[in-house]
Amino acid sequence: MTAIMEVVEAPQIQGRSPFTLAMRRLRRDKVAMVSLAVIALIVLMAVFAPVFAHLTGHPPNEQYRDTGLTPDGLPRGPDGTFWLGTDDLGRDVLVRIAYGARVSLLVGVAATAITVAVGIVLGLAAGFLGGIVDTVLARLIDVVLSVPFLLVAIALVSVTGPSLTITVLVIGFFSWASVARIVRGQVLSLREREFVEAARSLGAGDTRIMFVDILPNVLAPVIVYTTLLVPVVIVTQATLSFLGLGLPPPTADWGGMINEAQAYYTTAWWFILFPGLALLITTLAFNLFGDGVRDAFDPRADRS
Amino acid sequence: MVVFLIRRLLHGLLVLWLITVAVFALFFIAPSNVAQSLAGRQATPETIALIKHRLGLDQPVWKQYLHFVWNALHGNLGYDYYHQVPVTAIIGQALPITVSLALGAAILWLLLGVFNGVISAVHPRSLADRGLTLFSLFFYSFPSFLLGLLFLYFVYFKLTLAGFNWFPAGGYSPLAQGIGGWFDHLTLPWLTLALLLAATYTRLTRGAMLDVLGEDYIRTARSKGLRESRVIVRHGLRSALTPVVTQFGIDLGQLVGGVVVTETVFSLPGLGQTAVTAINQQDLPVIIGIVLFASAAVVVANLLVDIMYAVLDPRVRLH
Repeated sequence: MTAIMEVVEAPQIQGRSPFTLAMRRLRRDKVAMVSLAVIALIVLMAVFAPVFAHLTGHPPNEQYRDTGLTPDGLPRGPDGTFWLGTDDLGRDVLVRIAYGARVSLLVGVAATAITVAVGIVLGLAAGFLGGIVDTVLARLIDVVLSVPFLLVAIALVSVTGPSLTITVLVIGFFSWASVARIVRGQVLSLREREFVEAARSLGAGDTRIMFVDILPNVLAPVIVYTTLLVPVVIVTQATLSFLGLGLPPPTADWGGMINEAQAYYTTAWWFILFPGLALLITTLAFNLFGDGVRDAFDPRADRS
Repeated sequence: MVVFLIRRLLHGLLVLWLITVAVFALFFIAPSNVAQSLAGRQATPETIALIKHRLGLDQPVWKQYLHFVWNALHGNLGYDYYHQVPVTAIIGQALPITVSLALGAAILWLLLGVFNGVISAVHPRSLADRGLTLFSLFFYSFPSFLLGLLFLYFVYFKLTLAGFNWFPAGGYSPLAQGIGGWFDHLTLPWLTLALLLAATYTRLTRGAMLDVLGEDYIRTARSKGLRESRVIVRHGLRSALTPVVTQFGIDLGQLVGGVVVTETVFSLPGLGQTAVTAINQQDLPVIIGIVLFASAAVVVANLLVDIMYAVLDPRVRLH
């Protein structure tokens, strides 16, 4: 695995794990690094959203019915006061975009974390323990993967009422199965390998073998899947918001802003363009970065 | 082979049954004030009780469930709460729209994805490869509602404003009323879906083609002096298409319940939009019917993919 330097007279042979090698490949990938920088900027925007409010002097939910709307009551275009224009209630679009980044990133990270944690544990259990545990979990995975996710998510959220927690839970509940399926598939072949037998002969228990010996070996595909899952989750959250099932108003979030802007797309282009751009740039940056991570961890797929 | 098929079929049925239990539990246990909203604002408690009785909502959940399963096994998915129309009729009306949308988009994204994938694989790391990867990732990153709204803004609104009245703003025109109207109404939704989904196929085709083109028999074909185009299409693409076909089956099955947003943006009254309307009205029989139908589509699609796999690859049958 670590036989990367086979120069015999090298003074010191440095052992490099596949992970270190992957990170090195990733650092050389310009597109991935630029995407990472963009992601960092978006994170900064989310963290320092109050700074945007302070600089412009406009709190995110403050409605400027006199200065922020035209005499006809329409949104105002970008100008010196409202840098990216105002929305239908005379609120500052720029400040709301900055606050909306918080929702997207929070849901993206939280739902992905739940998904991956549950997926890894159940996938490990199904693949390693086998027997009845595997039968039950495998059927459960089939069920979750067969359910029309968006339909049921909409129905669930409309029954329980929209909230941040519900959005995260619903997305997590329907996404863990893919991770579990990937992990299970890997574990099924890994558990027959000699190092598992070796660990067992040293007296290791099931839990230890699963989490200490096997888990590190399935991490590469999981890391790749996780980076590519974040943008999917962000889009799903925005979609729920767009359908009116996001966060209760007046909380700013991108999907909800686009939903409100729909009726004004012929008269106030900035109202729909800027939240849309924010969403698109975020998902694109995550996808390009995820693509780089995939190439870094699986160089075979990109050899020429 | 027969044993394999029967086992897969039983698995599929088991999954469907579990889905009915889950869906029923979720929606029938959730608090519902459907009787209240049906009865109107000034309803007496007696009227509400009567409505509940007529809809069967006053019975214990397990009785309602058995009733539902018994009817479902006889091809009856119940009646909608508001107009007492059979749910099967509602699905039957919406299905052609969703199928038109899904199939048209599928043809587009297959052509787009496979073509781009082959180009990328034949010239890996070239400018074309990078450009196509960026192109497909760009559209893949779009939330479907955003891409749909963009099309509406530029292709419908701007064009119509400029005097080119080519595309309608939305809605559906049945195939029976002329192919032209049907085509015009579906072009933008097709493009939206196809551009979103093509990326997956570009990647799949590219990866599979790269693998196949490294095989010995490709070298043999080349050294026989075959034309390069023939080597790539007849020898390479043919075996590279297996994962593409698999993914295609799975995606088609999922589209039945997955085109909610596209249908909403373009006001197509297909299964997705019908379901969203039903959800807003708490019309449980319709919600359950459509969720069940869409799940069945996924199960059937997966079954077909499995069968096809078993036909193509005899090793699959062993386990």
